[in-house]
Amino acid sequence: MYTQGLDQAEPLGDEDLSRLSERFEAKVAAEDKVEPTDWMPDAYRTLLVRQIAQHAHSEIVGMLPEGNWLSRAPSLRRKGILLAKVQDEAGHGLYLYCAAETLGISRDEMVEQLLAGTAKYSSIFNYPTLTWADCGAIGWLVDGAAIMNQVPLCRCSYGPYARAMVRICREESFHQRQGFEIMTVLSQGTPEQKAMAQDALDRWWWPSLMMFGPPDAQSTHNDRSMRWKVKRFTNDELRQKFVDMTVPQAHFLGLTVPDPDLSYNGEHWVFGEPDWSEFKRVLSGDGPCNRERLAARNKAHDDGAWVREAAVAHAEKKRSRERVA
Amino acid sequence: MNASPEPGQRSTWPLWEVFVRSRSGLAHQHVGSLHAVDAEMAIANARDVYTRRGEGASLWVVPATSIVASDPDDKESFFGLDEEFRHPSHYVVPDGVVGI
Amino acid sequence: MGDHAVDALLRVGDSCLVLAQRLTAWCGHAPALEEDIALANVALDILGQARGLLTRAGEIEGAGRDEDALAYLRDAPDYRNLLLVEQPNGDYGTTMLRQLLFDAWAVELWPALVFSTDPVVAGIAGKAAKEAAYHVRHSASWVVRLGDGTEESHQRMLAALDMLWPYAGEAFLDDEVDVAAAESGLMPLPSSLLPAYRHRVESVLAEATLPVPPDPWWQRGGRQGSHGEHLTYLLAEMQVVHRAHPDATW
Repeated sequence: MYTQGLDQAEPLGDEDLSRLSERFEAKVAAEDKVEPTDWMPDAYRTLLVRQIAQHAHSEIVGMLPEGNWLSRAPSLRRKGILLAKVQDEAGHGLYLYCAAETLGISRDEMVEQLLAGTAKYSSIFNYPTLTWADCGAIGWLVDGAAIMNQVPLCRCSYGPYARAMVRICREESFHQRQGFEIMTVLSQGTPEQKAMAQDALDRWWWPSLMMFGPPDAQSTHNDRSMRWKVKRFTNDELRQKFVDMTVPQAHFLGLTVPDPDLSYNGEHWVFGEPDWSEFKRVLSGDGPCNRERLAARNKAHDDGAWVREAAVAHAEKKRSRERVA
Repeated sequence: MNASPEPGQRSTWPLWEVFVRSRSGLAHQHVGSLHAVDAEMAIANARDVYTRRGEGASLWVVPATSIVASDPDDKESFFGLDEEFRHPSHYVVPDGVVGI
Repeated sequence: MGDHAVDALLRVGDSCLVLAQRLTAWCGHAPALEEDIALANVALDILGQARGLLTRAGEIEGAGRDEDALAYLRDAPDYRNLLLVEQPNGDYGTTMLRQLLFDAWAVELWPALVFSTDPVVAGIAGKAAKEAAYHVRHSASWVVRLGDGTEESHQRMLAALDMLWPYAGEAFLDDEVDVAAAESGLMPLPSSLLPAYRHRVESVLAEATLPVPPDPWWQRGGRQGSHGEHLTYLLAEMQVVHRAHPDATW
C-alpha cells in the first residue's frame, strides 16, 4: 500500500539531505518507528531490503528440510503438527516478503534473486535432514536460535518489519516446543530412538550456533545495524544467550552437547569455537544441500508458471466479461 | 488473443492489503498484505494466510493501489494541531461537582 | 454395529488419509506462496477427518487398534480408500481436479453424516461439513481458473480430466457393506449422493469450459481393497519410520 510514497519526485539538494538525515537519525534514536512513506537514507533502505529478503528466503528454503519428512512422520499427530509448522514458515516468508515490498522492491524481484542464487539465506538449511529426529532438533535448536534472533527484531526501527516480526514470533512459539517434545519423547524412548536424538543433536548443534552469524570482530554490518536499531544485540551476545538457554535443556534430555570445551563458569556456559571455515563454505554455496535446495525452489517456480499465468488470464477474462455485461 | 505482456509480467499477481475484524464489535484492522489475481482469490488467500489461528470474524481486502495515503511531508501541517480545549482534561471541574 | 461399520468408516477415513498424504507432498512446492498455505490448510483438515474416523473405526472394531495402528500397520489390501485419491499428484491442475472430484463428494457426504446414528461420527461430520464447504470452493475456483485460463492450462485440464474421470464414479457404487451401513443408520447409501454430486461437478466443468466426458466404465475396487500400482509406494513411504521401530512411541 505504500509504494506510491516511494516516487521521489525531484532530487534533493545537499542541504535538504542533511536536514532530512538529521531528522531521521533523531527519530530512530528516540525509538520512533520509521514508516514506508517516511524519508530514509538509501543505505537504510538497502540494509533493510537485504536483511528482510534474506529472512524471507530463509523461511521459504527452510520449508524444504522439514517438508522432506512430512510424508514419513511416524504418527498422524506428528504429521499434522509438522505440516502446520512448515505451513507457518510459508506464512512467515509471505509476511516478510510483504514487509520488504513496502520498501519498493517486488516479491518477484526478490524471488528471482533467490532462484538465481544471488541472494543469501540462512546457511542452516543447506544441511540435510537424515532421520526423524532431525525434525525434533530443528524445532528445538534452529527455531530456538531463530526466536532468539527474532524477538529483538519485534522492536526494530522499521515499522512493517517490526510488525511482521511480532506476528511471526507469536506464531513461532509452538515451533520450538513441538521440536523439544519430539526430542523428549525420543530421548525417553527405545535405545535406537535415543541414539537418533543424540545423532541429530551432534549434527545440528554447531550449525545452530553459526545461525547467529560470524563473530562480532568479523561482522561487517553490526555497527550501522545497531545504530539504526535494526539489530539490538550483537551476534556474540545472542549466541551466548542461546547456549546458556540450550545447554540445560540438552542435559534435561540426557543428551551430550558435542563440544569438548563446554564448561560452566558460574554465570555462563563457555563454549568452543564453531568452525567458521565451514560456515563460509556453506554460505558461499558449498554446503551439502545448497544445489538441491535451490533446484527444488526453481522447480516449484518453473512448474507453477503456467498456473500463475492461467490465474491472471482468467481474472482478465472475467473482468472484461463484466465490463461487457 | 490479447497482445501478451512479457513472460515475467504475465504471472505477476497484484498486491492486496488485508484487514481483519478479530471479534464481533471491533473495527477491522490492517494485518498485512498478499498477492492475488482477483478479489475472490484475495479473500480466500486472506482467510488462509491471516486467520490460521482463528483470528478472524470478518475480512476486508483492498487493492494496494486503491489506498490513498497522506503525504509524510504534510505531517506537521496535517497533524500538528494543538487545540487542547478539545480534550476534557483542559477544563476545571469545581470540587464537589459530580456527573460532569 | 460390527464389521460392516468398521469397513464403512475405513472407506471414508482411508480416503481422507491417502489424500492428505498426497497433498502434503505439495507443501513447499506449490505454484505460489499463498497457494502453498491454502493447500496445507486443506490437507490439515482432511488429515484431521482421517484421524477422527480411523480412531472411531478402531474403537468399534474393539481390537485395540488406534489411528496409528490402522494407518501405519496395514498393507495396501487392507486399505479401503477410493482409487481416486491414490492417483499421483501430477501437475497442479491434476491435483486440483482430483481435489474437486473428492470435495464434491465430501461436501455431500459430511452433511449427511451429521445424522449418523453413531454420535462420534456425527460429531466429526459436523466439523468436517464446514471444512468441506470451504475446500470445494477452493478446488472449484482453481478448476475454473485453469480450465478457462490460457490455452496451455486448458489443454492441461483436458488431459487431467481424461486421466481422472474414470475414477470419479467409484464413491457412488453401493455394495453389501454400504447397504448394511445405510440400514443401520451409520451412513447414507453412496448412490444417494450421486445426483447432487453430478450436478455440482458438471456445473463447475461447464464454468471451466471443460466438456463433461461421457460416463466411462467407472474404475472400482479400492473400497474393497483392490488398489492400483500407486498405493503401495505411498504406504511404503508413509509407514517406513513407524514400522522400523515396532515398539516405539512418538
